[in-house]
Amino acid sequence: MIELKDVSISFRGKPVLENINLQVHDKEVLVIIGPSGSGKSTLLRLIIGLVKPVAGEIWVDGQEISRMDEDALNVLRKHMGMVFQYSALFDSMTVGENVAFGLRQHTDLSEEEIQRIIRRRLRMVGMAGKEHLMPNELSGGMKKRVSLARAIAINPKIVLYDEPTAGLDPIMSSIIDRLIVSTRRLMGVTSVVVTHHMTSAFNIADRIAMIYGGRIIETGTVEEIKQSQNPVVQQFIHGWKAPVLGAKRKVKT
Amino acid sequence: MAALIAVLEGIGRYVIDSLENIGRIMILTGQTLFHLRSASPRHTLRQMAHLGVDSLPIVLLTILFTGMVMTVQTAHEFIKYGAQSSVGGVVAIAMGRELAPVLTGVVCAGRVGAAITAEIGSMKVTEQIDALRVMATNPVAYLVVPRLLACVFMLPLLVVFANVIGTIGGYLVAISYAGLSSYTYLHSIKVFAVVNDLTGGLVKAMVFGGIIAIIGCYKGLTTTEGAEGVGRATTGSVVTSIILIFIANYFLSLALYR
Repeated sequence: MIELKDVSISFRGKPVLENINLQVHDKEVLVIIGPSGSGKSTLLRLIIGLVKPVAGEIWVDGQEISRMDEDALNVLRKHMGMVFQYSALFDSMTVGENVAFGLRQHTDLSEEEIQRIIRRRLRMVGMAGKEHLMPNELSGGMKKRVSLARAIAINPKIVLYDEPTAGLDPIMSSIIDRLIVSTRRLMGVTSVVVTHHMTSAFNIADRIAMIYGGRIIETGTVEEIKQSQNPVVQQFIHGWKAPVLGAKRKVKT
Repeated sequence: MAALIAVLEGIGRYVIDSLENIGRIMILTGQTLFHLRSASPRHTLRQMAHLGVDSLPIVLLTILFTGMVMTVQTAHEFIKYGAQSSVGGVVAIAMGRELAPVLTGVVCAGRVGAAITAEIGSMKVTEQIDALRVMATNPVAYLVVPRLLACVFMLPLLVVFANVIGTIGGYLVAISYAGLSSYTYLHSIKVFAVVNDLTGGLVKAMVFGGIIAIIGCYKGLTTTEGAEGVGRATTGSVVTSIILIFIANYFLSLALYR
């Protein structure tokens, strides 16, 4: 479904990701873990074409997207959704208008049908009856759930999640985790989730890939990652202090 | 020697940055014109109300007092030389050709340009622009096109109102302060002013509207670094728009009134 081949990207001459090779299979949940600043979010932005790689190929749904223009990317994006780290809800629109945005832009559905989809998606994420609220009236967890409802409103094949549980309490994190799993089960979407919460990662992942220093250093199932002999992986998943190798410092040199 | 090199490097960097910005503004203008055909009437009307209609009170207030002070100054001098029969015409011509379009442009650069940049800049730093792109929506078509159309069509309308209110302000002062008769003032307008004085001002207003919208959107779309960046972009938008309005006004005056 998604494949990255020798992908590299740099910002202002500084490499952020180097020679990334990664496959995401159809309908699987791939979780990307790694320390802050290691390039996890950049990887998601590459997959959805928000940034272009300096080298390598990115294949999404059988199409190479790294050289595509914005119009061609937009055709592909109609089958993709993304949940942003800070939700990125349109703050001038109500919850319902946010969820309906993609439907109104890209479909000819009647207003009645659109309202039905809004209600169904909001019910799915536990936000039934909240369509008239404005984003500034919502808590962080509610915003994340609306963001998910917006991402899945147009029945995407792929959903990307950028730190979906960041800044949330453990109970809300677990609710979001369950939503990610149930979205995959109910809609059959392929999911790529970026997180540094290991509990979330172990709860939802079919496979886990770890990024460190701009490279993927380990890929495997939850059990394989837990059994990994790589000291950096073990340090990260257990939150040990040593061996300390700050990803941010390494990227900046 | 090292200091000289540093100065030259600084100048070079400034020139390159400026040229780069000009190039990007040109590209944004081209993209906006390309997407004009996909303009949403609903969004455009909403922007017209927000950017145009809501600016009417401040524009009218500014131009009312400008017309009044213009008459105070002109009438005082003209009466001294026995040219009171020219006061109305001079005020009307100055209002139609220069004062109404330029002051409306400046007021709108401050009110409308700042609002555009602050809104789009906030969207940029909170990833809402990325969210638009992810949802297969072109930010230029969705955000810039309606604002450009709203500014280009609403500024001339504001200028029409400005001309009326400015002339009324001048009339009231001419009658009450300078002691001119109503007939002298109005007849002077009829004798001196021609339709081109008004239409030229409307053409200017359209150009100023375009400048305000494009610069406002450009500064918003290139905002970085959070709330501080939004503030910086907003200030930059107002300053750049006002400077460009004055520069464009000079060349438009040469072209329209030679």
